[in-house]
Amino acid sequence: MTGFFSSGPVHVALGAGAAAAVVSGVVGVFVVLRGQSFAGHALGDLGTLGGSGAFLANVNPLWGFVGVGAVVAGAMELFGVQRRRGRDVATGVVLGAALGVSALLLYLDTTTTSTAGATVTVLFGSLFSASPSSVPEMAGLAAAGVAVVAALYRPLLLSSVHPELASVRGVPVRLVALGFLVLVGVTVALTSMVVGTILSPALLVGPAAGALRVSRRPPVAMAVAAALGLAATWAGVVLSYLSDRWPPSHAGWPVSFFVVACVFVTYLAADLPGAIRRRRARRGPCSPG
Amino acid sequence: MTSGPGAVGQGTEGPAPVLRLQGVSVSFGARPVLEDVSFSVAPGEFVGIIGANGAGKTTLFRAVLGLLAPDAGTVSRPRRRIGYVPQRVSIEPDTPLRARDLVALGIDGERFGVRLPSRSRRQRVAEMLDAVGASSFADARVGTLSGGELQRVLIAHALVGEPSLLVMDEPLANLDIKSGHEIVELVARLTTARSLAVLLSAHDLNALLPHMDRVVYLAEGRAVSGTTGEVVRSDVLSRLYRYPVRVLEVDGSVLIVGGHDVRVR
Repeated sequence: MTGFFSSGPVHVALGAGAAAAVVSGVVGVFVVLRGQSFAGHALGDLGTLGGSGAFLANVNPLWGFVGVGAVVAGAMELFGVQRRRGRDVATGVVLGAALGVSALLLYLDTTTTSTAGATVTVLFGSLFSASPSSVPEMAGLAAAGVAVVAALYRPLLLSSVHPELASVRGVPVRLVALGFLVLVGVTVALTSMVVGTILSPALLVGPAAGALRVSRRPPVAMAVAAALGLAATWAGVVLSYLSDRWPPSHAGWPVSFFVVACVFVTYLAADLPGAIRRRRARRGPCSPG
Repeated sequence: MTSGPGAVGQGTEGPAPVLRLQGVSVSFGARPVLEDVSFSVAPGEFVGIIGANGAGKTTLFRAVLGLLAPDAGTVSRPRRRIGYVPQRVSIEPDTPLRARDLVALGIDGERFGVRLPSRSRRQRVAEMLDAVGASSFADARVGTLSGGELQRVLIAHALVGEPSLLVMDEPLANLDIKSGHEIVELVARLTTARSLAVLLSAHDLNALLPHMDRVVYLAEGRAVSGTTGEVVRSDVLSRLYRYPVRVLEVDGSVLIVGGHDVRVR
């Protein structure tokens, strides 16, 4: 374990993971509140396009994720992905086409450049191989994300609870929704750096969903979600570091597996007290009617 | 359309109205929803909007609230904001928002930027919750409240910003008789104390009758307005609804019942 604290890649992994986990917790609470998990998932899938393209252009995949995430999020809001029909079309046609092109780009990444691990890095993340410069960049983006949530806080909260109530008060509901979705795009880009595009919704939605089970106020929920996400990410980094002597390959298990597993466990832990209470309430002596 | 009771010429005497609609028309495509609707609401007045399903009540409310621009006519709204209680609010039980937080959003929910917690705001929210009888569930999540409790919290949200007009869309829908009466009594009490005008829509008039100053009846996109005494009469209502409706007096209170087979015991 002494090597753990002196290892450069470990420092990068802990720093990058912390930045992504904190902003996902803050943004994730509103994603769950607004029922926009689908948008988070779609943005993750589409981020694959940006990540694989960035590898081909030999840039940090972070900027591929961020660029595609922000642009696509804006387009999604304008085309009305929140509506059910729009969502079906988006799933079947747009996401399919984007992943198809991503498959081509990933193939080209592995054949024309020497980055053999591009596919795994983009789809499932490889936090230990992130470049050291990613840490300040991701921390900056995460801080900007938290600042945007603070700036939008009251109108965003009111329009998440009841859009009509917000627009009667003069909140530009669609503009707020657009701004928030772009923010989700950037947040998903950061989580994609940690667990890859496929698993990115897990880090965005999982800790927030757990936090909503145990908190009654939005700021508390955000803090709890950020803490749960941070705990899961750091635990994932530690476990992955320790796993390099584990079978079958003795080459270490991926960080993303451990992070997502920890998110799942923390969600269960957060949900358990409520689930037991609900079960008791059902079993216990029922009130009449 | 047959000429209704009481022409629309009220509002000529007394203080300036808080809300005035003049010749408002709205159509969706070729279908006219509101045609030449005019009425006004004076300060402190309790006005009920009634009408069958599809008569245009919701559209009228959207025009009043400024959520929809009429094709013709004008809507003069109060300078101070309108307090609004929407119809059928459903909030997920795990939404991390206490009743207290929803009321606080009624003070400045539209403002961007960070607000530091302040004692006077907390005090104002607590007083408002007390005024609507919601103090006992002020710290409960809004998604777990009963229909009547949520209605109280929404009224507090609407009133805490000190509006001059309170607009309520079907506030009694989904409420049992007791909660419905309590809500009407509460609104009447609060509005009298604050000389606040109220515009609300309802299917069931019985709970509203003791408090309503005036009725705006909507049918086929047109509005007829009159005092409660002018409109709430068997012949007038039967004609408006095109269905037999009887207005009865039972133990000193007025009751409205519909159907052919109305018998008074």
